[in-house]
Amino acid sequence: MIRITKHVLYDILRNRFVILYALFLMVITLSLFSLDSDPGKAVLSLMNIILMVVPLVSIIFTTIYFFNSYEFIELLLSQPIDRKVIFFSEYIAASFTLSVAYLLGVGVPIFMLSPDWGSLYLVFAGLLLTWVFVSLAFAASVSTRDKARGIGIALLFWFYFGLIYDGFMLYIIYSFSDYPMEKVTLALVSFNPVDLARIVILLKLDISALMGYTGAFYKSFFGTSLGTVFSASMLVLWIVLPLIYSLRKFLSKDI
Amino acid sequence: MIEIRDVCKRFGNLEVLRMISASFTDGNSYAIVGPNGSGKTTLIKSILGMVLPDKGSIEVSGQVIKGQWAYREQIGYMPQIGRYPDNMRIGHVLDMIRDLRHTRSETDEELVADLGLKALFDKRMHTLSGGTRQKVSAAIAFLFDPKIMILDEPTAGLDPLAAEVLKAKILKEKSRGKIFLITSHMMSDLDELTSEIVYLQEGAVRYAASIPAIKVEAGREKLGQAIAEMMRRDFKRPSP
Amino acid sequence: MTDFNFTSRFIANGVIFCALFYPISASARSIRVGLEEKVRSLRAAIEMADPGDSILVEPGTYKEGNLIVQKMITIIGEHLPVIDGEGKYEIFTVAASGVTIQGLKLVNTGRASIHDIAAIKGLDAVGLSILDNQFVDAFFGIHLSNSSDCIIRGNTLTSTVKDTAGVQSGNGIHLWKCNRVTISKNTIEGHRDGIYFEFVTKSRVVENISRRNLRYGLHFMFSHDDDYLYNIFTGNGSGVAVMYTRNVKMTGNRFLDSKGAASYALLLKDIGDSRIEQCRFEGNTVAIYMEGSSRMIIQDNEFRENGWAMKVQASCDGNLLKRNNFVRNTFDISTNGSISLNTITSNYWDKYDGYDLNRDGHGDVPFHPVSLYGMIVEKMPTAVMLWRSFLVFLIDRAEKVVPAVTPANLKDDFPAMKAYDRD
Repeated sequence: MIRITKHVLYDILRNRFVILYALFLMVITLSLFSLDSDPGKAVLSLMNIILMVVPLVSIIFTTIYFFNSYEFIELLLSQPIDRKVIFFSEYIAASFTLSVAYLLGVGVPIFMLSPDWGSLYLVFAGLLLTWVFVSLAFAASVSTRDKARGIGIALLFWFYFGLIYDGFMLYIIYSFSDYPMEKVTLALVSFNPVDLARIVILLKLDISALMGYTGAFYKSFFGTSLGTVFSASMLVLWIVLPLIYSLRKFLSKDI
Repeated sequence: MIEIRDVCKRFGNLEVLRMISASFTDGNSYAIVGPNGSGKTTLIKSILGMVLPDKGSIEVSGQVIKGQWAYREQIGYMPQIGRYPDNMRIGHVLDMIRDLRHTRSETDEELVADLGLKALFDKRMHTLSGGTRQKVSAAIAFLFDPKIMILDEPTAGLDPLAAEVLKAKILKEKSRGKIFLITSHMMSDLDELTSEIVYLQEGAVRYAASIPAIKVEAGREKLGQAIAEMMRRDFKRPSP
Repeated sequence: MTDFNFTSRFIANGVIFCALFYPISASARSIRVGLEEKVRSLRAAIEMADPGDSILVEPGTYKEGNLIVQKMITIIGEHLPVIDGEGKYEIFTVAASGVTIQGLKLVNTGRASIHDIAAIKGLDAVGLSILDNQFVDAFFGIHLSNSSDCIIRGNTLTSTVKDTAGVQSGNGIHLWKCNRVTISKNTIEGHRDGIYFEFVTKSRVVENISRRNLRYGLHFMFSHDDDYLYNIFTGNGSGVAVMYTRNVKMTGNRFLDSKGAASYALLLKDIGDSRIEQCRFEGNTVAIYMEGSSRMIIQDNEFRENGWAMKVQASCDGNLLKRNNFVRNTFDISTNGSISLNTITSNYWDKYDGYDLNRDGHGDVPFHPVSLYGMIVEKMPTAVMLWRSFLVFLIDRAEKVVPAVTPANLKDDFPAMKAYDRD
C-alpha cells in the first residue's frame, strides 16, 4: 500500500495545479490578515472563503485527477495488486496532496499570524472538509465513465452543499417555525458537511453568545464540547460513507 | 492454463460477451481474432480482472480469479493503447513497475535493451509517440518472465524494426512454453506467431481450432485468406 | 407585613428621637464578647451597651436567634466570628441611627416566603454602616427599607441555595425606599438579584462585583438620580434590569457573559435622561435591550462578541448612540420598528466595509447596522444554524443593495474607520 501510494503521490505531486492552489490560499490568508487589524475578524473572513474554496477545489481537482489517472489505474490493475489497495492509495494520495497544499496555504501562515484555538479549529475543519470532498469526488468519479459528467456531478455536489441545501433548510425552518425545530435543524445540519465544518469553526469563534438565544437545547449541546465532538464525528462519517460507497463501486467497476 | 466457462458480460444494453467458453493451454499461442466490437478486448480484460463478468467463471492455473489479484503475477499484459501517467519518465515507469511487483527474481530486460528504450529513459511519457509507448508496454509485459502473455494488438504502431524485435521475442518465449494470447488485425503476424485461433463474433466463439487445421479446411495458404474464406462461407449459410 | 413594618417604623422613629436627645456619654465603653470573656453572649452585650459603645466580638460561633439593635452602637468582629441564624432567624434587625456592623461572618438565616428574612435588616436606619462582613447562605443578605445615608462596603455575599418550589432565594443587597446610600466594593454571588433597588434615590453603586446571581445582577425600579460606576456584572441569569427610572448614570461598568433566551446584559425599560458611558459589554446573548427609553446617551462603550449588541424597540426615541465600538458581535442592532427616531453617529462598526476618500477618519457611505438575517434569526431562532453560510451572505448582500425589510434610515452616517482606543 505504502509503495503504491508513494508512486501515486509522485504522479500527483507533479501536478502544478496543487502548487497554484497552495499559493492561492497563502495569498488569500496573508492578504486577509494584512488588510484587517483584528486577527479574529480576519479568521472569520478566511473561514467564509475556505468554506467555499476548499470544497470546490478538493472535489474538482480530485475528480479531474481521478479521470486523468484512469490510465494509471489501468496500468496498476494489470499488475498483481489488490483493487482495494489501488483505491485507497489513490484516496490517500489525493487527500494527502490537497491537505499539504491547504496546510501550507492556510495552516502555516495562520499559525504564524494568529496562533489560537479559533485558528486551530479553522485549520482542522478545513482539513476534514478536504477529506470529505475528496471522498465525494471519488463517489462522483466512480459513478460514471464520462469525465465531463463526473465533473458535472462534482460541481453539483459542491453547489448543493454550499448553497442549495442551506436554502432548503431555511425554507424548512421557515415553514415549521411554529414547531420546536431545534433537534430537526440539528439533524438537517448533519446532512451537510459544509454546515458541519462551519459550525465546528463558529463554536470556537463567535457563535457561542448567540446560542443562548436559541434555547436550552442548543445551549447545552453547543455550549459544551459535545457540539464540537458531534460535528466532527458527523464529518468523519461524511468521509467514510462516500468512501465506502465508492470503494464498493470501484471494486465492481469495469476499467 | 486458462479456463473460461460460460462467461457473459453486458455493458448496458450491449451484450459484449455471450456465453464464451474457451481454454488456453500451456505451450500454445492463440490468435484471438474477430471483427471490431466482437469482444476481444473485453475477453482479455476479463482475464486480467479489469472487466468483471456478469456470469461464468475464469480460472487461471486452476484458480478462479474472481476477487483475486495475486494470479496476475503469472500474466504479462501489453495493452492495445499503452497509457501511462503523463508526468513520468520512461525510466521511472519501469522502476515503478519493478518496485510494484517487488519481485525477487531477475527481470527480463532483453526488450528494454533491444527496443532501444535505455536511450529514452529521461523522456516523459506525454512526449512519446504511440509507437514508443507500445515499446514501453511491450518491455513491461515481458519484464517479469510471466507464464502467460496477453498481447493486445502488439505490433500496431511499431516501426518495422521494433515489430521484428518483438516478434522474435515472442517466438523465443513461446518456445520456452509460455501461453500467448494475441489479438491483432495483422493476419500475417498471427500466422507467424500463433498456432491456434479463436474467432469471436458478436461476443461468442465462432471457431476455435488450430491454424493448420483451419487452413486445410478453407483450402488456403495464408491465415488471412483462410479466415476470409470461412467468413464468406458463413454468410452463404442460412443463419440459425 | 404591613403591620410589622408599621410597628417597627414606629419603634424606630422613637429610637431616632431618643438618640437625638439622649446625651451620649463622653467615655464610650468597649464591651468584649467571647467564649472566654465575662460577657459570653452578643445579646447580653447589646443589652448592656449604651449608645456610643462598641462591642468587640471574639472568634467563635454565636447562635443567638434574632438580635435587635435599637441604639447607636458599633459591633466589630475580630477574625470573623460566626453569627449563625440556624436556618430559622433573621440575624440583626437594626432600627437605630449610626449603627455599625463590621467584620462578622453571618451565616444561614431563616427562609420564608412571606417575610423578607435578612442577615442584616435595616428599618428606618440612618447612617447604618455595614462593613467588611461575610454573608454565607443568607436568605436576604442586607435588607434596608426607609433608610438613608447608609454605607455598605467591602462585604462578600454568597448563597448556594437554589430556587426551589417552596422557598425562593432572596436578594443579596435589597434596598427599598432609601436615600443617599453608598454601596461599594461588595461581591455578591448566587442570590436571586445581586443588588435590588426600589424607590432608591441619590445613591451610588461603585466597584461592586455581582456574579452568577439567579436572576439579575442589578435590578432597579423607580430609582432616580443614582450613579452606577465601575461595577462588574457577570454570568447573572438574566443580566441587569433597570426600569421606570430617570436620570441615572452608568459609567465604566462591565457586563459580561449573560447568556440565555430571555437574558439581557442590560435591559432598559422606560428609562429616560440617563447616560451609559465607557461600559463594556462582552459575551452576552443581548448586550442592551431598550424599550420605551428616551433621551439616553449611550457613548464610548465597547460592545464585543455579543449575540446582539443592541435590540432597540420602536418605542425608543431621542436616544444618542455615539462613539461606541461594535466588534465581533453576531448582530449589531435589531429593531422591530420601521423608522428610527434615534441618532446613531460616529460609532466604529467592524462590519463596515466602506471607504474614506477624504481621510477624515469616517466612512463616506453610511453603515446600516440592521441585518436581514438578524431579523430572521429573531423570529426563527433555529435559523442561527446558518450563520456565516454563503446563503446568509447572499441574503444580506441582496438586502444591502435593495433594502426591502430592514429600516433604510436606521444608519450611521458617520461611521468611524478605526476602533476607538479604550485602553
